[in-house]
Amino acid sequence: MEPLLKVTGLKKHFPIKKGLLQRQTGAVKAVDGIDFEVLPGETLGVVGESGCGKSTMGRLITRLLEPTGGTVEFQGKDISHLGVGGMRPFRRDIQMIFQDPYGSLNPRHTVGTIVSAPFKLQGVEPEGGVRKEVQRLLGLVGLNPEHYNRYPHEFSGGQRQRIGIARALALKPKLVVADEPVSALDVSIQAQVVNLLDDLQQELGLTYVIIAHDLSVIRHVSDRIAVMYLGKIVELADRKSLYENPMHPYTRALMSAVPIPDPRRRGAKSERILLTGDVPSPIAPPPGCRFNTRCWKATEVCRTQEPPLVELRPGQRVACHHPENAESLTIPVARESVEITKAKPSETPAEATKAETPAEPEPEPESEPDSPKA
Amino acid sequence: MTDKLTKTGAAPGEPVVSSGAPSDAFLDVRDLKIHFPTDDGLVKSVDGLSFQLEKGKTLGIVGESGSGKSVTSLGIMGLHTVGQYGRQKARISGEIWLNGRELLSADPDEVRRMRGREMAMIFQDPLSAMHPYYTVGHQIVEAYRVHHPVDKKTAKRRAIELLDRVGIPEPAKRFDNYPHEFSGGMRQRAMIAMALVNNPELLIADEPTTALDVTVQAQILDLMRDLQKEFGSAVVIITHDLGVVAELADDILVMYGGRCVERGPAEQVFYEPQHPYTWGLLGSMPRIDREQTERLIPVKGNPPSLINIPSGCAFNPRCPYADVPKGGITRTQRPELALAGDRHFSACHMPQEERTRIWTEEIAPKL
Repeated sequence: MEPLLKVTGLKKHFPIKKGLLQRQTGAVKAVDGIDFEVLPGETLGVVGESGCGKSTMGRLITRLLEPTGGTVEFQGKDISHLGVGGMRPFRRDIQMIFQDPYGSLNPRHTVGTIVSAPFKLQGVEPEGGVRKEVQRLLGLVGLNPEHYNRYPHEFSGGQRQRIGIARALALKPKLVVADEPVSALDVSIQAQVVNLLDDLQQELGLTYVIIAHDLSVIRHVSDRIAVMYLGKIVELADRKSLYENPMHPYTRALMSAVPIPDPRRRGAKSERILLTGDVPSPIAPPPGCRFNTRCWKATEVCRTQEPPLVELRPGQRVACHHPENAESLTIPVARESVEITKAKPSETPAEATKAETPAEPEPEPESEPDSPKA
Repeated sequence: MTDKLTKTGAAPGEPVVSSGAPSDAFLDVRDLKIHFPTDDGLVKSVDGLSFQLEKGKTLGIVGESGSGKSVTSLGIMGLHTVGQYGRQKARISGEIWLNGRELLSADPDEVRRMRGREMAMIFQDPLSAMHPYYTVGHQIVEAYRVHHPVDKKTAKRRAIELLDRVGIPEPAKRFDNYPHEFSGGMRQRAMIAMALVNNPELLIADEPTTALDVTVQAQILDLMRDLQKEFGSAVVIITHDLGVVAELADDILVMYGGRCVERGPAEQVFYEPQHPYTWGLLGSMPRIDREQTERLIPVKGNPPSLINIPSGCAFNPRCPYADVPKGGITRTQRPELALAGDRHFSACHMPQEERTRIWTEEIAPKL
């Protein structure tokens, strides 16, 4: 299938300027060379810690930012350096849902004005008139169409997020990029919005790129998931493989860190991998593999050579010299590339502490929770 | 937690109301009400909350924003009455017994002396809870010297010892750093050090990990668990994340609309929840540890306004079981907390057998 969105070598460096002459002294490498594609109708989840560049990535593919390097292709057309006018026809097809339901709606505009703004900007006259269409959209996202003339402050957080969704859907976009769509909402409201996004995708055949830091939410909504760390994708796989068989140590650590809402599993602390320290600065990322400063498997090669993102299993791309769960590799090329690096396993005591020492990469998923339902 | 109730002479399930007698529980909150008068009306942030906590135990208070969790914690610390503007002053009633002393009727100076030494607090946002103009070390030393008449050198040793204990690398060097030079996780560690410097017996943590990334959150939760074992203090942890309470809490209190709707041992609240709101919370949450569910089961509607709390059960407009006949009890009657198991209380009009049936047959299989 032809991908809807194809990203190659995408980079965004924000310059740091100093002194009277505003000479550039460095750059924040927010996104530093990532590749992926999004197929029509699927949901790609992007997950990572704060500062990993996931939001910048979202702003690059919606072209709210211009990339420093690499290309963004939408339906085969390169949109990476189009100007405002050049982008305008594409704006109909690419829409964004923002995180903060308070900051993303103009407090002086009524809901009707907010949701109909896309029609005005694009010069579109919807069938049956703007007002009727806006009311249809409000109904679609579960708001009362009668509330057309109300202001944002009259709505709760969850309802405001629905207004933002209605606005994003006004022009019948093909791709919707949602940056932390539920993280500002309460738990009970989160579920409402997650279900709404789900229903809209089925009804309208939307393609989503959903950016979030919450691994449980990402697992719930995504078909494929990209894990980012310091401006790079470290692992990109379909949901099942990623959650059952994470291959990058960072993915594994990230998943084991999620607190499990089950008091009976509290004793299962041994499964948890505690990473030490913090994410290094994106101004001067560590050489080689960017995760090497916090990785318990890091060896010499990790500190010098950057691992490429290669397909180690069908549909699972990993950038690591010493992947986890690598026993059952089927792709010969992948096996080779792993074994080469395995040749010199210098047992350096890693900085990361781990309760159960991972002697060998285990073949089966180790953290498959089969706890009986309550 | 609540088995002490019977000893003080109250019927099981009925919160002890203003008995005036000191309690043998370490922390005993009785019928606490915290109301704020505003131009729009009286905001009943906390409206009759009772709970008890023993030393060495952790109580998790769960609820959505605006359910009164943080107001409760500030109330225990005695931080409400200090409002500068008369209009914003809170109206507080009820009793808070800490270690045999009643805090609400106590002299403010006495409460001030207890604050920090006997009860300390960890806040959600360490950047705004620390003073940006002073070094981290200075602030910890200050907290220590308020309660201990020691010279600066001794206090500095103590502060460095604590910074080391909470896992800050090179504590002697970091002592002289300013808060902005710390990362989010380190700041939270420093704040924990500051709270623990006087060995408080009661530690209140208000959303201690909400602002942190999950890998850092795991570090902090681990640290808090270890420290509690070491210091043996009583901990109240306030959060909206059921995962966090499941990790730490011995007992759980679920708040809704300023009142407790369910409270009990953590296992019972997770495995045999008795209140429809607790079911809603459990159903709303995508679970990473279970098979993928097709759909989440959200709670319909929105949290209530605290100015205009629905009469009767505050949850009734959102409750899917509000129309289940309850033997003549009308919607406007407020359900009181009633015993629903061993030390397990819940405030719902539905008969217990009916609730147990709904949970085991209708809700649990879908989670």
